[in-house]
Amino acid sequence: METIYLDNAATTQVRSEVLEAMLPYFSEEYGNPSSIYDLGQNASDAVAAARKLIAGALNASDKEIYFTSGGTESDNWAIKGVAWANAAKGKHIITSAIEHHAVLHSCQALEREGFEVTYLPVDSNGLVSPEQFEQAIRPDTVLATIMFANNEIGTLQPIAPLAKIARSRGVIFHTDAVQAFGHEAIDVQELGIDLLSASGHKLYGPKGVGFLYVRKGVKMHSLIDGGQQERGKRASTENVPGIVGLAAATRLALEERETEHARQAALRDHAIRRILSEVPYTRLNGDAQQRLANNVNISFKFVEGEGIILQMAMRGVCVSSGSACTSGALDPSHVLLAIGLPHEIAHGSMRMTLGRTTTAEQVDYAVDAVVKTIEKLRSMSPLYEDFLKGR
Amino acid sequence: MAMNYSEKVIDHSLNPRNVGEIEDPSGCGTVGNAVCGDIMRVYLDIDENQVIQDAKFKTFGCGAAIATSSMATVLIKGKTVQEALEVTNKAVMEALDGLPKVKIHCSLLAEQAIHAALWDYADKNGIVIEGLERPVTDVSELEEEG
Repeated sequence: METIYLDNAATTQVRSEVLEAMLPYFSEEYGNPSSIYDLGQNASDAVAAARKLIAGALNASDKEIYFTSGGTESDNWAIKGVAWANAAKGKHIITSAIEHHAVLHSCQALEREGFEVTYLPVDSNGLVSPEQFEQAIRPDTVLATIMFANNEIGTLQPIAPLAKIARSRGVIFHTDAVQAFGHEAIDVQELGIDLLSASGHKLYGPKGVGFLYVRKGVKMHSLIDGGQQERGKRASTENVPGIVGLAAATRLALEERETEHARQAALRDHAIRRILSEVPYTRLNGDAQQRLANNVNISFKFVEGEGIILQMAMRGVCVSSGSACTSGALDPSHVLLAIGLPHEIAHGSMRMTLGRTTTAEQVDYAVDAVVKTIEKLRSMSPLYEDFLKGR
Repeated sequence: MAMNYSEKVIDHSLNPRNVGEIEDPSGCGTVGNAVCGDIMRVYLDIDENQVIQDAKFKTFGCGAAIATSSMATVLIKGKTVQEALEVTNKAVMEALDGLPKVKIHCSLLAEQAIHAALWDYADKNGIVIEGLERPVTDVSELEEEG
């Protein structure tokens, strides 16, 4: 049976072109970029070229790009580094209730150090309100961190107005763009972003590498102390093959972005339309328009998400769920609860995230599998039985 | 596959035995709640000799919840109500070749679903089943003791 991978928000397959670009930096050009002989300088040149390419992708300058081990480190560094360096000015941070745990748990760690954090609510589509954001800003607010696109429900936040408000009030603005970089158009000048986190493995690059964009002049402390790599801001010998892979993936993502965005959005809308029309008692989670091109997130009444994943896996389709049972936690996804879903509906959610190799045939096969799966699970659901009998 | 489930758990989750309802059951019990993500309902057909002739279930819940209810019904079919009481959560787990730690509550819920159906049967017939205690809906207390 063919495996249909529809979990590209979890991770993506490394492209062959990316792997090819990386390979020489494991065994041939294996030098340490800090070494001054040719072997070291070749590695150093590769890192410099990668930095330039990624800076160009964001309309930033080379010196504003810092390579990291991935999205989680970038988020931790942005939030803690800015909070620590600006604590004398104030100790208040604003974020949203639907951020990734890399952001939420970084904020919670700062709360334990005496910082105060406002967790902005979102509306039923997962959108942060710029008005509420502005009202939450206090004289001691030093940092705001609002994600570019949500990893579960795909909602795109109104980053431009939020960043503009933050700047006008002297608040540093960070965005976790892990799901968006390489997929959505991002110009940090136009949008007014001060810091941006991204990760390689969400855009067909390798795992274990990412970057943090830091606007020139933003004061921040380091998270990782050691040598003078990354202009003394982030120690550790550079992950040269990873950085080269991240740059190659970025280059390809930019070249194909517009066509892929349109192609996947059409497949996404087709899948959403079919599921909503063919499966009753179902709702789309996340904003229908302000949405990542590859994200389908649906709640099915009367069924539970882990059951959906197992049934879909049996039919060869890889999907994910915000159900508690998949993570071993007691509560369903904080994102689904934040958009106002009752627990029992949040338990029955399924996320399908399309990718560059997803075909129309695969989407139709997956939707057929969804229809059969939900039918089967409902036939064994006591909640559905009660519903049908009017209890 | 997923969650480090045993092959038997996967099998009973994907191809559950005894799914369905029994009309005019001798006993029917429902435990769990939707907020926590698990609800199990067991129907029993018990003959005049107190032998369980048929058992059916419906479950809202994860793969382990479906698998434990499936296995529990398999284990009690053909048994007397007294014997069915010996089908504990541990017996269900053993029959499934074990469960991940975070899923042990599913086997407790399956045990309690059987007890709830037996309780209903005893209640309807005005009999006392020795050793049967009023089943609990919230298994988290049992879990802590276990």
